[in-house]
Amino acid sequence: MDHTSPLEKFLRGIALTMIVVFFMFPIFWIFLMSLQTNETILRIPPSFVFTPTLSNYTALISGKLTSASGTLDIAFMHNLWNSVLLSTFSVLLALLLGVPAAYAFARFKFRLGEFIAFTLLSFRFAPPLLVLLPLSLIFQYLGLADTYIGLIWVYQLIALPLILWIVRGYFEDISPDIEHAYRIAGHSWLSAFLKIAIPLARPGIAAAGLLAFIFCWNNFIFALILASADKQPVTVGALAFVTASGIQYGQIAAAIVLSVTPTLLLALYAQRYLVEGLSMGAVKG
Amino acid sequence: MALQLQSLSKAYMGKAVIDGLSLDAATGDIVAVFGPSGGGKTVLLRLIAGIEEPDSGTVMIDGRDMTEASPDTRGIGMAFQNYALFPHMTAYDNVASALTPRKLDAGEIRSRVNQIVRLLKIDHVMGHRPRELSNGQKQRTALARALVGAPKILLLDDPLRNVDAKLRYEMRLELPVLLRKFGSTVLYVTQDYKEAMAIGNRIAVLIGGKIVQVAAPGEIYDHPGSVEVARLFGDPGINLFDVTPDAEGRISIANSPLPLGSGFASSAGRPCVLGIRPDALAITSSANGATIPVDVLAETPLNDKSVLLLKSADGKEILAALPAAAAGSIPIGPAHAGFAPDAALLFDRTSGLAVPRAATRS
Repeated sequence: MDHTSPLEKFLRGIALTMIVVFFMFPIFWIFLMSLQTNETILRIPPSFVFTPTLSNYTALISGKLTSASGTLDIAFMHNLWNSVLLSTFSVLLALLLGVPAAYAFARFKFRLGEFIAFTLLSFRFAPPLLVLLPLSLIFQYLGLADTYIGLIWVYQLIALPLILWIVRGYFEDISPDIEHAYRIAGHSWLSAFLKIAIPLARPGIAAAGLLAFIFCWNNFIFALILASADKQPVTVGALAFVTASGIQYGQIAAAIVLSVTPTLLLALYAQRYLVEGLSMGAVKG
Repeated sequence: MALQLQSLSKAYMGKAVIDGLSLDAATGDIVAVFGPSGGGKTVLLRLIAGIEEPDSGTVMIDGRDMTEASPDTRGIGMAFQNYALFPHMTAYDNVASALTPRKLDAGEIRSRVNQIVRLLKIDHVMGHRPRELSNGQKQRTALARALVGAPKILLLDDPLRNVDAKLRYEMRLELPVLLRKFGSTVLYVTQDYKEAMAIGNRIAVLIGGKIVQVAAPGEIYDHPGSVEVARLFGDPGINLFDVTPDAEGRISIANSPLPLGSGFASSAGRPCVLGIRPDALAITSSANGATIPVDVLAETPLNDKSVLLLKSADGKEILAALPAAAAGSIPIGPAHAGFAPDAALLFDRTSGLAVPRAATRS
């Protein structure tokens, strides 16, 4: 198999390095920024040489932002917790609703089926601001404004269509005969769904869940309008770093590093399933 | 009757795929469902298995109406053409899946699975996933899964389609023995008439969603019920001539009169189709009263016979088969071809149905 010449290997190595540098540089730069004070960040010309400090991280974790104008309380860790809570439960709910729905859309032809599926997808087209004003009024009325449940519900606009459409494609790729064989072997409809369809679509479910999690995590506008300070996720909470005495670049960078970490870990974990999905094509007779 | 199908019909998008089909099979019967592709064979099995519902008609299993029953309650085993193995389970779990819903204890399941996989000689690959199996092993695993529950009705959808020629030949010998051992009623779908003849104790010929003939293999070969059936059996294919028998039971091919023997008086003067199997043709160097002049154009040796391409005086191509021992005995060039009158098969040209030879009174 391996007929690559040393030159080819060398050039390929260079190309890969360039790609990695290109994509990783912003993250690397932010990581460096998070270890600096505002003074070293803003000096001109910028330099890689500085004395690293953990003051940004300690400020975030302790919740005390010390600036020239005094000490400011920030709720970054609480925001981070809110993000974890909102994204996790939104994705879990979307999986619970979206996976069976995706299966139904993939396997059964029913009246208005395509119409319903497309309508669900169209939620992703609508500009969020269009729905937010009426939604915030309705939420006030229903008492859902500024609650986790209300936010998780609204987050379904992001997560549900994504999961539905990605997972549906995976279900459609599974030969229905595999499920039929399981039914004929004497198993119920439900166990064919749970023991055959879901495990076979698992790479798709993992990929869709991961994407939905990232989209929920990165959402800004829903939480900005529908939640108050103690329910806000990191995306909204980061606004607190724009203070009266200036923008706290160091803390923003540290906040980004901290808020990227959970999604990054999740992506690394889910990668196993994504790769497994690529080799699934080998199962057909 | 273990299986009774009564006037089943199924249409897809207005096109009838199964069209008023009826078929009975007794316990232990091995019915080879044979027909050209697109004839509705697979759909028929799916209707019996309950994967599809018929538009009309009934499916009776063991005397009970199962037309609307869900697949898991029918007591059926089925092997799919594409195997339909569960890719995320080991071969063992694939086979065992047919037993797990039955609330048997683990030891009982293990011993039943082991028994069947040993019989099918796949016991050494039970720990593998389907993608690590060869096509032959996949096919046997699918077969084991269908057999392990000792189902009353066993549906096999062209199980030898995707396996190599050697294995197909072996399985053609093994399968009938194996199937008889289980005593299930078997419907075996195939597109290969030789396979149908080797495996079935009856053959049901399915054309255009209808069963046009059900009979024992030899019976179907010797007395096909219609031109279509005659055409499907035999390699090389049957020779067909448009003829009109006269009152003395004679026909004429390329202006040469030929006797058909007695028994076809009822067809005198009616347009018919004459069928002659290639191996019923005898090639001679001299003419007699029962031959037509032909040109021998080419000879193709097959393993067990040698096929001659002939051309009659009116330009029609005719195939003749010689036993392998006689290969090369006929020189290329002009010759004469004839057949024993009782080898002639006569069909009505309008209906395509066979004209049976009336019993001769002599």
